[in-house]
Amino acid sequence: MKKYSKAFLRQLYRTMLRIRVCEESLVAPILNGDVRCPVHLCSGEEAVAAGVCAALDDTDCVFGNHRSHGHFVAKGGRIDALVAEIYGKETGCSRGRGGSMHLIDPEKGMMGAAPIVAGTISLAVGAALASHIRREKRVSVSFFGDGATNEGVLFECMNLAALKKLPIIFVCENNFYATHMPVAECRPDCDIADIAKPFNIPNVRVDGNNVLEVFETAKEAVAACRDGSGPFFIEAMTYRLRGHVGPDDKIQGAHTDIRPQEEIDMWKKKDPVINFERCLLDDGMLNESDVSAIKKEIDQEVREAHVFANNSPYPAESELSVYVFK
Amino acid sequence: MSLNNRKLQYSLAANEAFHQMMEEDESVFLIGQGVKSPWYVGNTARGLLERFGPDRVIDTPVSENAVTGAAVGAAMAGMRSVVVHPRMDFMMYALDPIINQAANWYYMNGGKLSVPIVFWGIINRGGEQAAQHSQALHVILGHIPGLKVVMPSTPYDAKGLMISAIKDDNPVVYIDDRWLHGDEGIVPEEIYEVPIGKAAIRKKGDDVTLVAISFIMRYALEAATELAKENIKVEVIDLRTIKPLDKDLVLESVKKTGRLAVADPGWKTYGMAAEISAFVFEEAFDSLKAPFVRVTLPDLPAPASSALEKLYYPTTKDIVQAIRGMVNR
Repeated sequence: MKKYSKAFLRQLYRTMLRIRVCEESLVAPILNGDVRCPVHLCSGEEAVAAGVCAALDDTDCVFGNHRSHGHFVAKGGRIDALVAEIYGKETGCSRGRGGSMHLIDPEKGMMGAAPIVAGTISLAVGAALASHIRREKRVSVSFFGDGATNEGVLFECMNLAALKKLPIIFVCENNFYATHMPVAECRPDCDIADIAKPFNIPNVRVDGNNVLEVFETAKEAVAACRDGSGPFFIEAMTYRLRGHVGPDDKIQGAHTDIRPQEEIDMWKKKDPVINFERCLLDDGMLNESDVSAIKKEIDQEVREAHVFANNSPYPAESELSVYVFK
Repeated sequence: MSLNNRKLQYSLAANEAFHQMMEEDESVFLIGQGVKSPWYVGNTARGLLERFGPDRVIDTPVSENAVTGAAVGAAMAGMRSVVVHPRMDFMMYALDPIINQAANWYYMNGGKLSVPIVFWGIINRGGEQAAQHSQALHVILGHIPGLKVVMPSTPYDAKGLMISAIKDDNPVVYIDDRWLHGDEGIVPEEIYEVPIGKAAIRKKGDDVTLVAISFIMRYALEAATELAKENIKVEVIDLRTIKPLDKDLVLESVKKTGRLAVADPGWKTYGMAAEISAFVFEEAFDSLKAPFVRVTLPDLPAPASSALEKLYYPTTKDIVQAIRGMVNR
């Protein structure tokens, strides 16, 4: 802990907390029907997005998936643009055309997100290929879940990336469930990091709820990629504290979260935001008044984001067909 | 040699488009299975690897989905990608990056990031190659919002449409047919564009409008010559682009002739001929003197045996008979 600057640690904490507060602020609007698009909250998984993106520059590319609010925020996307997008407003990051599952901010290197499982992995490989062709040092990151490791295209991508030594970091956020399917019901062997081995891709399994462990590994991966020694594979063990979609998986009134309560309770004790906050306080990197000031500031940012989203116009009816072609 | 009447093979016309565009724009690159193998892509890629090197002329493992997705991602990151599928059938492995990702990307992110990419598919009809090396699947892609689909039938268009496709900021599907690769025609040496979405009248006529595209244009023109001997004057339109459709040119012609025939190198049901017939019905109903005729592949997979192949593929004679029947009804 001592090797990091206070400013850096504070930033890391702020990023995670901004994601958490933003996610939790969406629960009530989802339940009361103000938010209607499918929303996959990432509460509990903040450390992966924050830790990886802290190792990246704005020019590095990130591609996300259906559960990418955290990736968007950690890569520098604005929370008001995120919330407005989820409300389907013209001021959203995708002008209300994408919703929660299609988040983008190209200027910050958030190249987009899409919910076809494993569908954006090859796109991230392509951004790495572009960097390779141009002899740039830009690194590309693909965030995907454990479910995506059952898709063939991931293996094609690891092969292609390793063959061409592309600067890509494959980040598997293993939250142990592909929607409702436990990872053990999807794979004969649950050591996901091992799938990179046949392609000679360095692979590391990390505690995805420990932001500094994630950051250190990502930093190593980024250095390797910039050095021409990519790709790299990170399996981050984490857990979603909310439902697959919506706050609690009570889709159409039926409770479909099949996860054991003891398991959920165990992971609540491993909450990445609370634990990191405790570490920072214990190590004297932040004091109680710092924490309350940060929380107050973030609460205000998120509250204002909802006001902004609510006050923003919907896309004009006359603009239904713009953006089909450039 | 005059610049304006130089003759070139269809495949070399496309090849010249690559040479010139890759020279002009460093962001253009070619990727796909077999780009260094004439066995796969004929001579369309001749000299490219030697001239531009393996970073920009990338032969790949057989991983259509990942390779196509990588081409899409590279386009998002500032490149102008051309990804080739030497048999269009193989492209079916890549429908996710083509349809779900590239076609939707610009719309679903509200115009924040476009995808300048060419998906190049080669149809290999005939040759006893059977059902998985010969399919004309243009209509599947023509159905998708966000994709443009071009199918040049002449060497001039092969070059001009490839250049337009590469310069376009949107995903363009470029489909050619191996049977066209040997055709010769006039191809200007300079860089020029054939506009996407513009059809061309290849032969004037007052009695019947015959719309065709790609390889079947050859038979359409032969049929028009044949029917002229019977004093049936056929106006032959080369559609060139199936999405977006040049409705204006087709409608103008049908309003003059009152009769529409469509020759499509694909299947009949839900096909290109059906789409053209439908919009003509919607927008030129009062001009029509006769029901449409459609000359297409029958709704069945391509057989291997030449004994069956000759029944499967439509010919000049089929077009002649169809139009004769329409005019003499």
